[in-house]
Amino acid sequence: MAWPQPGFVMTRALTLIRRRLVGSIFVLLIVVIGTFLLLEAAPGDAVDAYIVSTGGDAGMIELLRHRWGLDQSELTRLANYLWALLHLDLGQSVTFSRPIRDVILERLPNTLLLMVSATALSFGLGSALGIYAGARPGSFRDRFLSIGSLALYAVPGFWLGLVLIVIFAVDLRWLPIGGIETLASDKTGRDRAVDIAVHLVLPVSALGFIYLALYLRMMRAGMAEAWRQDFVLAARARGLSRRRIVLSHIARNALLPLVTMLGLQSAQMLGGSVVIESVFSVPGLGRLAQEAVSARDTPLLLGIILTSAVLVILINLLVDIAYAFLDPRVGAGEAGA
Amino acid sequence: MSGFTISRRKMLAGSAMLLASTAMPTLGRAQTPKKGGRLVLAADSEPRNLNPAIVASNGVFFISSKIVETLAEASFDGKDGLAPRLALGWEGAADGLSVTFKLRDGVKWHDGKPFTSADVAFSALQIWKPLQNLGRTVFKDLAAVDTPDDLTAVFKFAKPTPFQLIRNALPALSSVVPKHIYEVGKIEDNPANNAPIGTGPFKFGEYKAGQYYRLTKNTDYWGKDEPWLDEIIYQVLPDRTSAANALEAGEIQLAAFSAVPLADLGRISKVPGLRVISKGYEGLTYQLVVEINHRRKELADVKVRQAIAHAIDKDFVVKTVFLGYAATATGPVPKNDPQFYTADVPTYPFDVAKANALLDEAGYKKGPDGKRFTLKLLPAPYFNETKQFGDYLRQALAAIGIDAELVNNDSAAHIKAVYTDHAFDLAVGPPVFRGDPAISTTILVQSGIADGVPFSNQGGYKNDALDALIAKASETLDTTARTDLYKEFQKEVAADLPLINVAEWSFISVASDKLGNIANNPRWAVSNWADTYLAG
Repeated sequence: MAWPQPGFVMTRALTLIRRRLVGSIFVLLIVVIGTFLLLEAAPGDAVDAYIVSTGGDAGMIELLRHRWGLDQSELTRLANYLWALLHLDLGQSVTFSRPIRDVILERLPNTLLLMVSATALSFGLGSALGIYAGARPGSFRDRFLSIGSLALYAVPGFWLGLVLIVIFAVDLRWLPIGGIETLASDKTGRDRAVDIAVHLVLPVSALGFIYLALYLRMMRAGMAEAWRQDFVLAARARGLSRRRIVLSHIARNALLPLVTMLGLQSAQMLGGSVVIESVFSVPGLGRLAQEAVSARDTPLLLGIILTSAVLVILINLLVDIAYAFLDPRVGAGEAGA
Repeated sequence: MSGFTISRRKMLAGSAMLLASTAMPTLGRAQTPKKGGRLVLAADSEPRNLNPAIVASNGVFFISSKIVETLAEASFDGKDGLAPRLALGWEGAADGLSVTFKLRDGVKWHDGKPFTSADVAFSALQIWKPLQNLGRTVFKDLAAVDTPDDLTAVFKFAKPTPFQLIRNALPALSSVVPKHIYEVGKIEDNPANNAPIGTGPFKFGEYKAGQYYRLTKNTDYWGKDEPWLDEIIYQVLPDRTSAANALEAGEIQLAAFSAVPLADLGRISKVPGLRVISKGYEGLTYQLVVEINHRRKELADVKVRQAIAHAIDKDFVVKTVFLGYAATATGPVPKNDPQFYTADVPTYPFDVAKANALLDEAGYKKGPDGKRFTLKLLPAPYFNETKQFGDYLRQALAAIGIDAELVNNDSAAHIKAVYTDHAFDLAVGPPVFRGDPAISTTILVQSGIADGVPFSNQGGYKNDALDALIAKASETLDTTARTDLYKEFQKEVAADLPLINVAEWSFISVASDKLGNIANNPRWAVSNWADTYLAG
């Protein structure tokens, strides 16, 4: 199959982006209102969560509710929030007493780094192993990889994380037990990059290996199906080598659903990072979200959910563009549906 | 079971520690004391407001007590259990209307300005009295602070205030912050609340949210040759297992406040180079309490409350829930309190037959299904131990025919359900005893408290005799007479059971052998660590 013309892809990509942006605004609005109502329905507010560690008399509690704007009605607060959001203002975190934008921007890079690395690991290794297994369906290596990866998929993330910590950080002491970088080390430039990479090895493995099975099995299944297709027969008839058939005909066709999965998976990765970030003490968005919920910091949680939603929408947009690029049959109209 | 003998031994050791709050040789005998070094320790929460003058809580003190100092600190062997810090002496007038503090000379704030009585006056009047969670109660009658000279502060009270109460409040409630920093703008919005400036042995360095707090040595500290450490790093470790792993991996040298779960202590105590210490928290005693909603007609009957008290095997709770690191309780003042505790109160030995008899007597006979009535039980989620005790209590109640339905909430929801909505029949709570019953203990049983006040009597309990006793004690100036009134108070609470005190516990530290001069005062984890060192 021939690669499509660059100009053609660009036009379709633009159409896609325009459609997606319009749809996204509604999605985001629903996400914001839904999250707000959900958190309001949870018993207790930010002041209740705060006084757990301090105690306090009636006057102090009233003072706090007033200072944090919690004495206003739910509707007023929601309206205020949406109005501020229109001006691209995420508001002030009640627990951090800082602008939410700053709090989120501080954590976002860590979560992105973790997510992108883990996705690269599970997608890259998963599809490679899937090709390896699918090249000889039913063989020993195929069965071994399928079962092995399924076992990993069945393992809870926090458990895998803890096992990795006990083996590689506590017993062998090869890697740090957690954090995103060495504490207060004042490292800069290349040293710091290496330091961060070393700290990421365990959390990325824990998060990445869990989803590896998904890509491996999808790739393998896709390949098994492709083997039966006519174009494979044709390629064989043309006398192409098995290696060539597997890589450029079968694998390429089997790759398409994986790319779709990549988009869907990004949301799950964000969810999975909550657990992994806690286990490995990574200061990321997932852990922040967990803290925001227990502190009933509604505006902070809304900010995080909004950021995550934008992230997922962007990733899926990229996936669709990639899709259009990989498969010329997919028009902008279908992809945008 | 081989594990049992170990936990039993530990139990005895733990109880002994809790009981012996007087002078003991310092535990910190690590190799050779050495100047300098970086202490890295586990922090499980990140307080947003680090100003201990506003937020007097252990979470804040854990970090801020090294930066901001109080007038006095708790001590194992000092007079009245106190050691001087920013104040060298304190004296109360006979009429209870004034207390005079003599302040330490030559103390400087971290920004170089001198510390004077004006700072004490400002902190007391502008912060402790109007803004501090505990100070709002204790200092409510503080009318003025006179400063005849730079080193004298005279607290003037509008109503006679017991000097004993003020003294007992000093370690936790008297953090002094600089007037020149706080007099501009709103105190609650002051940036120094997040980057405190004090007189302590360590200066605030930096805070990386989700990662660490860094404190650095104050080279101008008033203590001779102190502090020993160059740096203290609080590493934020949110996961329950992280602290134990980090200790084993040698990444941190200390996990205080039971950051290592009790269940892991047996394993960790065998790791070479680490030791488990239950000392240094005697002034921070938590009480395991069954809170009772007296609006339920069954629970309004004292016989039913006595039956519940008889149904609880306190020794079993100490042994299994706390693995021995606790002591059984007899009443609202913990056994390890040197001033107020009395053992001369009605007790409720574990006796299921008696409990059943009491319930029959109260008129709640067992139904055909063996149940008398159903209760809603809400264990507080803040500690593993409160949750586990909730599970135990459910079984203990089942044995006497009371069917308890467990309701598990997160912290915010629990606070709201129990203290605002009163949507509970029984709750398990961990109130703190803060060295004087008037600070945060009498409020647990006193009537007339507004809805929504946490860690207070929200069970609708009203006992005029007890209220009168509390009121009288609050205005009794003579220390002996006041102490006697609180002994009377303990008797009355134990007799009428507005709540049931089950056990008292403190925290455990796990520390590297290299760490010296630790656990050397009753509030060590929240004291200033000026003499703590890392051996070479």
